[in-house]
Amino acid sequence: MAAVNQKRWTFLLPILIVALLVGVFAKRLIDVKGGQDPSLVPTVLLDTPVPALDLPPLPSRGEGLRTADLKKDVSLVNIWGSWCVACLAEHPLLMNVAAENAVPLHGIAWRDDPSASLRWLARNGDPYDLIGQDPVSEAAIAFGVTGAPETFLVDGDGVIRYKHTGPISREAWDKTIAPLIEQLRQ
Amino acid sequence: MTPEFGHFALALALPVALVQSCIPLIGAQRRDAALMAVAGPAAMAQMLLIGLAFATLTQAFITSDFSVVNVFQNSHTAKPLLYKISGVWGNHEGSLLLWVFILAVFGATVAAFGNNLPDRLKARALSVQGMIGVGFLAFILFTSNPFLRLDPVPVQGEGLNPLLQDPGLAFHPPMLYLGYVGFSMAFSFAVAALLEGRVDAAWARWVRPWTLAAWSFLTVGIGLGSWWAYYELGWGGWWFWDPVENASFIPWLTGTALLHSAIVVEKREALKSWTILLAIITFSLSLLGTFLVRSGILTSVHAFASDPTRGVFILALLAITVGGSLTLYAIRAPKLEQGGLFAPISREGGLLINNLFLATAAATVLLGTLYPLIAEAFELGKLSVGAPYFNTVFIPLMVPLAILMGIGPMLTWKRGDLRGILSRVKAALAAVALVFGVALLLSGFSVTDVAGAAGMGLAAWLAVATLTEWSGRVRLFKAPIDESWRRATSLRRASYGMTMAHIGMAVLIAGVSGSSAWKQENILTMVPGDSVTVAGFDITLNGADVIRGANYESLQGNFTATRGGNAVTLTPERRVYDQPVQQTTEAAIHTTFWADLYVVLGDGPDESGRYVVRAYFEPFVPFLWYGILMMGFGGLISLSDRKHRVGAPRTSDTVAAAAGA
Repeated sequence: MAAVNQKRWTFLLPILIVALLVGVFAKRLIDVKGGQDPSLVPTVLLDTPVPALDLPPLPSRGEGLRTADLKKDVSLVNIWGSWCVACLAEHPLLMNVAAENAVPLHGIAWRDDPSASLRWLARNGDPYDLIGQDPVSEAAIAFGVTGAPETFLVDGDGVIRYKHTGPISREAWDKTIAPLIEQLRQ
Repeated sequence: MTPEFGHFALALALPVALVQSCIPLIGAQRRDAALMAVAGPAAMAQMLLIGLAFATLTQAFITSDFSVVNVFQNSHTAKPLLYKISGVWGNHEGSLLLWVFILAVFGATVAAFGNNLPDRLKARALSVQGMIGVGFLAFILFTSNPFLRLDPVPVQGEGLNPLLQDPGLAFHPPMLYLGYVGFSMAFSFAVAALLEGRVDAAWARWVRPWTLAAWSFLTVGIGLGSWWAYYELGWGGWWFWDPVENASFIPWLTGTALLHSAIVVEKREALKSWTILLAIITFSLSLLGTFLVRSGILTSVHAFASDPTRGVFILALLAITVGGSLTLYAIRAPKLEQGGLFAPISREGGLLINNLFLATAAATVLLGTLYPLIAEAFELGKLSVGAPYFNTVFIPLMVPLAILMGIGPMLTWKRGDLRGILSRVKAALAAVALVFGVALLLSGFSVTDVAGAAGMGLAAWLAVATLTEWSGRVRLFKAPIDESWRRATSLRRASYGMTMAHIGMAVLIAGVSGSSAWKQENILTMVPGDSVTVAGFDITLNGADVIRGANYESLQGNFTATRGGNAVTLTPERRVYDQPVQQTTEAAIHTTFWADLYVVLGDGPDESGRYVVRAYFEPFVPFLWYGILMMGFGGLISLSDRKHRVGAPRTSDTVAAAAGA
C-alpha cells in the first residue's frame, strides 16, 4: 500500500488551495481596510432602516428591544454574548460610554443562555439601556452580523449609519464613532 | 545605547540577511565552497545585529525611555520590572523583533553546530533561513519600526494592557515564537532538500531535532496561554476555540504529524514527499497564525494590535513564502524516489494513520476558523462558527487517534503482528474496564457522567498501553530483575521521551474529560459571615478590603475554605489598574493534587453589603498542566538523545564534502 503511485496533479493541489486562500484573505483585507472609512462599509444594510425587531428581555431586566426603541434618538446597538472573549476586551470602553452618558447603548445578547448573560453582566458591569435576547440568531441574521462583538450606529430615524466589526478600540471611538454621533445629532 | 543605535543595527541586519540568502545559494548551485562558506558568518552577524537591536529596545523599556513611541505606548514607570521587560514583546513591533531575533538565533545555531551537515544542504538551508529573515526585517523596518522617536518627550507612558501584566502571559509569546520559528528550520531544510532534489534518512535525522525542539516549545507555549485564560479571565474555562488560540493549535497538530512522519523517513525512507509537504505546511500555518493575529481579519480578543495595512504586507510575505515553496514542491516532489514497501498493519502504517488523523484534525480546525471568511467571500451568507462545531468534529477524530496511540508503538516495522499485540493489551483493557466502572460508580449515570467516565477510560488505556510497551522493551517480569534494570538503563532517551510524552497525552485526556464532565459551578450573593458548600468545601466569606498594589487598586476578598478539618485562605481580587484604567479579576485558586477550588469575587458590595461570588469546583484541571508539562518535557528528553546531537552518521556525500573542504 505504500509507494502509492501518486498522480502528478496531486502535487499541485496544495498550491491551488493556498492560491484560493490568499484570494479570500486579500478580498477580506480590502473590505476591512474599507471599513476604516464609514462611507465604504461593506454592509448592504448601511443607510437602510433597522430590521424589524421584537426581542424579549433578559429575565427580570425590564423591557426587551423593539424597532420603535431605535427611532427615538441616535443610539448604538451592540451584539455580544457571555461566551465571547473579544466582548470582554471591549467591555471597559462600553462601561465608559455608559458612564459618560454619551449615547443610548442597547445590547443584543446573541446565542446566549439568559442566565449566563445576566451573570456576565453582574460580574463585569451592565452598560446597556435595553437588552434583547437573540437565542436563535434571528436579529443577528437580520443585521448581517459576522461575529461578536459588532456594533451598529443608528440615527434618530432608525436608519443604520455605521457598523463597527470587532471590539471598539479607544482610537476607533475617538476618531470615528464619537464624531459621527456628534454629526448625526446636528 | 541610544535607540538609534538599535535602529541602525536592525537596518544593517537587512543587507546581511540579503547576502545570506543569495550568496550561499549561488555557491551551492556552482559547488563553490568559498561562496557557500559565506552562510555561516552571515548567520552569526545577523544574530549579533538583531540581538543588539533587541537589547537596545529592552533597555529603553527598562529605563522607561518615553522618547520612544513604542515605550510610551506600552509602558509605565510604575510597572513591575518583569512587565517592563515583557512589555518589549507585549506589542506588535516588539514582538516582531523578538520573532526575527529567535529566527536569527536558530540560524546561527545551525551555522555554529551544524558541522556534520553536508555543505550544500547547510548552505541552502541557511540561505532559505536568510530569505525569511529578509522578509521579516523588511516588514519591521518599513511598517513596524519599534525605534520611532517622539517629540516632545512625555513624562509618563500609557501603560500595558493589564490583562497582559501576568506571569503566564509574560512567557507565553516567547515560548510560542520558539515553537513557530523553530518550525522555520524544518521548512528551510525541506526547501533545501527540494532544491537538492534528494531526501534521505540522514536528512530526516537532521530535521527531527529542530522539529522536536519547536514542538516542545509550542506545546508549552500553548499550555501557558491556556493556563492564563483559565486563571485570568475568571470563567474557569481553559480553551475557547478562539481564532487566535486555533492559530497556534493548527501548526501544533501538523507539527505533531511532522514529528512522526519524519521517523518513517528516517527509519524506512518512505513518506518522503508527504514529510516535505508537512514541513512546508507547518511553518506556513505558523505564518498564517502571525497574519491572522495582526491583520485584524478575524475577530478575537487578541485583535487589539491589528492594522490592515500591515496585513497586506504579511499577506504578501505569506503568499511569496508559501506560494514559492509549494511551487517548488509541485515541481520537485514527484521526482523524489519512493521508499520501502510496508503492510497496512505495521509501524509505518500506524504512523501513516496517525498522520491522517492529525492532518484531518488540523484541516477541520482550520476550516472552522476560516469558514466565516470563506463563506463571506463567496457570498454564502454571514455566519460564525463556535465551540459546538469544534467539539463535534474534533473529539471524534481524537478518540480513535488516542486508541491507536496505545498500540502504535508496539507495532514492528514493515509488518506488524496484530494478534500478538492484542494479547499484550489485556492489562490496558482491564484498566479501561476498571477506571470506567469506578468513575461511573463515583459520579453517576447521566450522559455527561458516562462521557466523562469514557474519557477517563481512554486515558487509562493510553497510559497502561504505553507502560506495557515500555515494560516489553525492558522485559519487565519476563526476565530477571537485574536484566530488566540493565535494559531500562540502556534504553535510548528518545524512547523514554516518547513514553513520557504519550503518558502526558493520557494525563491531558484525563484532564480534558474530567474537567468537562464534572465541573461544579455555584453563583450566589454573600455578605461577610455567609457560608456555602461546594464539592465538600465549606467556603466562608470573612470580608473584603481595599488594598493598593504597585500600579493598581484592588478589592481583595478574604475567604476561608474548610474540608475535613483543613482550612485554607482564599483571596480573590478585583483590580482596577491606574494606566490604562481597566478592571481585571484575579481568581483565587486552591489546588489539591487532582482538583482546583476556584473562587472569584464579583460585583459588590451593594447597599446591604452583599457581594456576588462565583465558586467553581474544577476537577482534573491540574491534570491538563501536568499532561502538557510531561509532553513538553518528553520532547526535551528525546532531544537530549545522543543521536540527535552527534549520531547523524555521515553519508558518502558528507564524507566527500569533508574531504573536499
